[in-house]
Amino acid sequence: MDPAEVPPPLALVDVTKSFGSVRALRGLSLELRSGEIHAMVGENGAGKSTLVKVIAGVHRPDGGQVLVDGRPTEFAAPVDAQRAGVAVIYQEPTLFPDLSVAENIFVGRQPRTRLRTIDRGRMRRDTEEVFTRLGVHMDPDRPARGLSIADQQLVEIAKALTRQARVLVMDEPTAALSGVEAERLFTVARTLRDSGAALLFISHRFDEVFSLCDRITVVRDGAFVSCDPTTELDVDTVVRRMVGRDVSSLYPKEDAEHGETVLEVDGLTRHGVFADVSFEVRAGEIVALAGLVGAGRSEVIRAVFGVDRYDAGTVRVEGRPLPPGRPKAAMDAGVALVPEDRRQQGLVMESSIERNATATRRGPLSRLGLLRRRTERDSAREWGERLNLKFGGLTDSVSTLSGGNQQKVVLAKWLSTEPRVLFVDEPTRGIDVGTKAEVHRLLSTLAGQGLAIVMVSSELPEVLGMADRVLVMHEGRVTAELDRDEADEESVMYAATGQRPSEAA
Amino acid sequence: MNAPSAAPEASTAGAPPRAEGRPARGQRQFRELGVLLAVAILIFATWLYNPGFLSSQGVHDLFLGATVLSVLAVGQALVLITRNVDLSVGSVMGLSAFGTGILFVTFPGLPVPVVMLAGVLIGLVCGLLNGLLVTTARVPALVVTLGTLYAYRGLNHWWADGGQVNAHDMPDAFLLLGSFSVLGVPLPAAIAIAVVAAVGFYLARYRSGRELYAIGSNADAARLSGIPAARRVALAFAANGALAGLAGVLFAARYGTVDSTVGTGMELQVVAAAVVGGVAIAGGVGTVYGAALGAVLLTTITAALPIWQINQFWHQAVVGALILAAIGLDRLLALRTARKLRGGGARGA
Ligand SMILES: Nc1ncnc2c1ncn2[C@@H]1O[C@H](COP(=O)(O)OP(=O)(O)OP(=O)(O)O)[C@@H](O)[C@H]1O
Ligand SMILES: [Mg+2]
Repeated sequence: MDPAEVPPPLALVDVTKSFGSVRALRGLSLELRSGEIHAMVGENGAGKSTLVKVIAGVHRPDGGQVLVDGRPTEFAAPVDAQRAGVAVIYQEPTLFPDLSVAENIFVGRQPRTRLRTIDRGRMRRDTEEVFTRLGVHMDPDRPARGLSIADQQLVEIAKALTRQARVLVMDEPTAALSGVEAERLFTVARTLRDSGAALLFISHRFDEVFSLCDRITVVRDGAFVSCDPTTELDVDTVVRRMVGRDVSSLYPKEDAEHGETVLEVDGLTRHGVFADVSFEVRAGEIVALAGLVGAGRSEVIRAVFGVDRYDAGTVRVEGRPLPPGRPKAAMDAGVALVPEDRRQQGLVMESSIERNATATRRGPLSRLGLLRRRTERDSAREWGERLNLKFGGLTDSVSTLSGGNQQKVVLAKWLSTEPRVLFVDEPTRGIDVGTKAEVHRLLSTLAGQGLAIVMVSSELPEVLGMADRVLVMHEGRVTAELDRDEADEESVMYAATGQRPSEAA
Repeated sequence: MNAPSAAPEASTAGAPPRAEGRPARGQRQFRELGVLLAVAILIFATWLYNPGFLSSQGVHDLFLGATVLSVLAVGQALVLITRNVDLSVGSVMGLSAFGTGILFVTFPGLPVPVVMLAGVLIGLVCGLLNGLLVTTARVPALVVTLGTLYAYRGLNHWWADGGQVNAHDMPDAFLLLGSFSVLGVPLPAAIAIAVVAAVGFYLARYRSGRELYAIGSNADAARLSGIPAARRVALAFAANGALAGLAGVLFAARYGTVDSTVGTGMELQVVAAAVVGGVAIAGGVGTVYGAALGAVLLTTITAALPIWQINQFWHQAVVGALILAAIGLDRLLALRTARKLRGGGARGA
């Protein structure tokens, strides 16, 4: 049959949606066809996640139509969308911390025995099966509490895949994943496409979009800009349509003078997590920690900062040892940490934007112990402008911001403390191209002013573009230390997967 | 692609250096075993001190004493798990106990099982009303049930009008329930044990049971997963009400004399029992086995204190200390688990 005659399993026509005065969607149309992977790209706050939530039945559109197999349908609640065969991976993982991983995946639709009780054995096996497909090693019986952001993302992916949906929507599923995990997901996605499912993929990483997707829809400010087959597009065109201007250099790393050694980490070990990690960072230097998900990168910087304990080793800042397990002492010594999980560790979701952005600097901004509202607001506004923050009002709660914009608030919160050593964990997770360049420029400038930066990133181009030195971790150990000129995709990936020893470079 | 697409697979089999373990289930069981152990030690020590404590009459009293409180604690656990609380259980139990008695007085010919069922139904209706108020009015359960605590009690006073129902108004068959034993276990206790087992099995093995945990664990996520949260919560309240009704019936059968003050102040004991038994006020955690064991522990303490010739005034202090210890222990375990879990995450490759 001619595919044009079969109505697409899911289509949106002229959908509008406002939140108070914020017009998140202004007449967006989108068609998801069977056997096709469709990409949607747009700046932070362009309305992508809002559209996803309309498809999922979380938000009801103010106007426009949702068509399922060509028929107008109303999704009053997420169940309705699920019944229509739609599975969604939300941008922010929504897991049940007290339930096991397997239960998280199958909640509400656990396999049952003839007596209608839950068939735990089968649930476990099914979980293991989907994990094998995704190449994940996770105990199905462990509770979801305490999973890293990447692992949460993987559980969400597994959840959506086991729904065997006709329409699979993925809102930045790879934002916290490194190339290897992402590639596994793509293999599965391609299999699904070939078996006739319709997929929607949202990402700020263009390499992924171009290698995976068949068509690309660009949205800007809640409105449709264009939709073309991938083969007729290139990255520059897409970026121009998305941002509305040319984004010249994506990674404007400036060379900085390297000064004294500011941070020394020696033989840091935490049993079962990482072992014998040693490195030094000098003022003005950006050191990247690369590796696969679960290699222990975040754990290392959390331990150095004092959020987690460690069993052996020492940390020195400007020659003075830092007591283990005391974040406050680290902050006093001029160390800052931008954490990986913005919702759990970075932000107070119900608090206002300005409150969040200035939360780390209550002291300098107050007089006689009273917080000065004006100063707080001015400072928040200044950072908002520097990072292109898109928001309704500074007093709105952070939870109303789009994912990428929340990330910007976390960055503002820590960058504004003017630290001596900065740890950033996935600094640009969920941040769009334009702002990504801005964040990179900012980091680069800060380094130029003598800041020592340690960056954890799963995005290889970011690592290669920004870092003066790359430390590659594999299963809790540093397997390679590469200078800027020896680090390339190949050398980093080999070290990250533990394939060849460090002389690979 | 930002990774070579021929992703090297070879290394993934290498054993990662991490502490493995399944702290979740193990730890929870540990908690219930702990309470059980406390009960055992307390009973054993009290028996050593005064062997009369475990005379057949003593055991019988202990069983009966724990019955009402465990049935209530099981119901409360259902509600607590969904991250709600029901403070009206004492009043509901009182209403059901009095209703049961008054039915015997007004309709002397009514068969005993029918009256018992009616008592349970009274509780069910009260509980359902609580549930509907909580889910539709979207007022916190604490506030709603604080209101119905007084409302139901007031209704009871109005209904009783200062009167009471005495044992001789009730049929012997009903009163026999309170003293009848199967294999040394008083019938009410046997009923309570059956209730605990049934609800425990339901919570662990049925979808809707697991969904109660899901709702208490993360309400937003529950909505996104398509769980009918309002309906589930309302039903949890209804079930809790029915169990409070059952507790009222058992109370009437045991004591024979009921007035409109039955169950006053019971709600705090019930919540205490559940919390001591490891049901988290914050929702999503705990089992009814734990809640029932908590009830048994509290009852045993009440029974043991006079034998140790400890002033009853200390009773509340002991219970308070126990609650604090339980919460402290939970916190400690949670921190330890969190630390362990952070170490042993997934390997994405
Ligand atoms: N619940 C809400 N209340 C108020 N405003 C909202 C709400 N949800 C989204 N918005 C606003 O709607 C706009 C679109 O947000 P959306 O999350 O769809 O962006 P996005 O394209 O997914 O961005 P990102 O790439 O950062 O994830 C933003 O301006 C955001 O602040
Ligand atoms: Mg988004």
